[in-house]
Amino acid sequence: MSNPSSHLESRSAPLRAFRHFALVLLAIAFLAPLVWMLSTSIKPETQAASGELHLLPAPASSTLAHAADNYSKVWSDRTIRFPLYMRNTLIVAVLGVVGMTLSSAVVAYGLSRIQWKGRNIVFFLVLATMMIPFPVLMVPLYIIFRDLGWNNTLKPLWVPAWFGSAFNIFLLRQFFMTIPTQLDEAARLDGCSHWSIFWRVIMPLSKPALAVVALFHFIYVWNDFVGPLIFLTDRDQFTLALGLQLYQSQAGNTPWNLLMAASTLMISPLVVLFMLTQRTFVQNVATEGLK
Amino acid sequence: MTALPAAHVPPRGRAERRARTRQLIAGLAWCSPWLIGSSLFVFAPMVMSLYFSFTDYPLLEPPLWSGSSNYQQLFHDPTFLRVVKNTALYAALSIPLYTIFALVLAAAMAGRARFTSFYRAAVFVPTLVPLIASAMVWMWLFNGEYGLINKVLALVGIRGPAWVVDESWVPVSMVLMSLWSVGQGVVIYIAAMQDVPRQLYEAATIDGMNAPQRFLHVTLPMISPAILFNVISLTIAAVQVFAVPYVIFRRPDGQNPAGHYYSMYLYENAFIYGKMGYASAMAWLQLLVVMALTGVLLLVGRKLVHYSRL
Repeated sequence: MSNPSSHLESRSAPLRAFRHFALVLLAIAFLAPLVWMLSTSIKPETQAASGELHLLPAPASSTLAHAADNYSKVWSDRTIRFPLYMRNTLIVAVLGVVGMTLSSAVVAYGLSRIQWKGRNIVFFLVLATMMIPFPVLMVPLYIIFRDLGWNNTLKPLWVPAWFGSAFNIFLLRQFFMTIPTQLDEAARLDGCSHWSIFWRVIMPLSKPALAVVALFHFIYVWNDFVGPLIFLTDRDQFTLALGLQLYQSQAGNTPWNLLMAASTLMISPLVVLFMLTQRTFVQNVATEGLK
Repeated sequence: MTALPAAHVPPRGRAERRARTRQLIAGLAWCSPWLIGSSLFVFAPMVMSLYFSFTDYPLLEPPLWSGSSNYQQLFHDPTFLRVVKNTALYAALSIPLYTIFALVLAAAMAGRARFTSFYRAAVFVPTLVPLIASAMVWMWLFNGEYGLINKVLALVGIRGPAWVVDESWVPVSMVLMSLWSVGQGVVIYIAAMQDVPRQLYEAATIDGMNAPQRFLHVTLPMISPAILFNVISLTIAAVQVFAVPYVIFRRPDGQNPAGHYYSMYLYENAFIYGKMGYASAMAWLQLLVVMALTGVLLLVGRKLVHYSRL
């Protein structure tokens, strides 16, 4: 592997030390918002909204008690029903991830392993749709889903995933292109159909790319705010993103400690997922799309 | 196509043609999920919204043709002009700052020096935070009285502004928040920098270039395709910014006028004021702007971006 830092390689010790110093400050600045979120989430309300600058609640020994108190309040609140929103979000995420990964892979196969007239046109169309802003589709989608009777159900949030998405198709197509075609040819000589080549050759070789697509879609669902905002009106159907903003819109007095506890709960599955898959994630996320 | 009379075609050609047809059918079949899905959820809606944009459509009644009146009305609507201005300002400030910041960080973190993976993780983790959660966290950080930022500023004797309330500070707050998610760009640029062949740096060093010169004349041109790709994605995202300002700049008396952006006003017209036609006109203008900006960036890119691979 080449040494990528060659353009800035500094041989002198003071320069290197300065770089580390600057990077440490920067790392602190980037993590501070999350640390402060955690810190607020374990304080009683009076201490959260005070001029003090402490990481832990006042008698440090009360930390656990306050943390338990805040988090259980968030979890068992009767009006803002966190477990329900978590369940809804998980339904959308799981159904969506399965559909998105499968169908994007199928389409990517058609765009990379089969030679056919018009393939480039379809591929160009796929790329072109990537730049269409969602707000452009907001009004007609609302009307389409209303006429289907899907508004105020979770369907508008996961059914479209079963048709693939431009970005994920693009990502997988780029990955499939790197798999040598001799493999398909050998399989075809053995009498394999496209379907079995897809399942027995391409899919097993593409696990890292498929994992990236699955992760991307999971994060997308966790993140999606505008979709649920438009399609869902009934609080029982809310996802986490919609539920979280209920805290703020309630009254003038935001219970900051509870809001931060709820935010922490919302973020933690993603952070855990990231830590479990860090390798695949950081290595593939960026690179696949560009080659 | 299969039914075409092929009587005059010699047998080999016919077999070839049949094979080609079979390929075409297979290709279309494998692509059918996307072809069907995009027709239903992208192309049909686009055509519908183009039609709605020329109508008066108050949601509960059928649309009524009104010609170009929606478009004409837009340009006399002070709120529309304001959201266009806010959105343009946000894009113009955040995209260049984000790009420069991401490039500098990527350059500083691209090596294999000690602790690098920790720095990278610290910068990348914020990009995992869902928009709405990050809006909540920043609203708390920006709080004029109890927010962390003003507390820290007070330690060094500075009285911090009312970040999300004071209209002149709203653009600054937006840019700060967008820089928090710079990790996405950093990861892309680090990956691109790792693909730059080492010999180029050696040659440049022999030619007497110092580190900053190598960055400018070797690294930047070599990773320019990644930069172009990232700038285009940032532009498309900036034009439709919604969730964070929707939450953060909401006041009891309505939206802070400086924190009011294009997609938010589109949403309000459609789903709060029930002006679906008017919202659709905004949607089509937005689409045209995105297409024009992408086109311009690609054209500029053709001149500036270096695509050759060694």
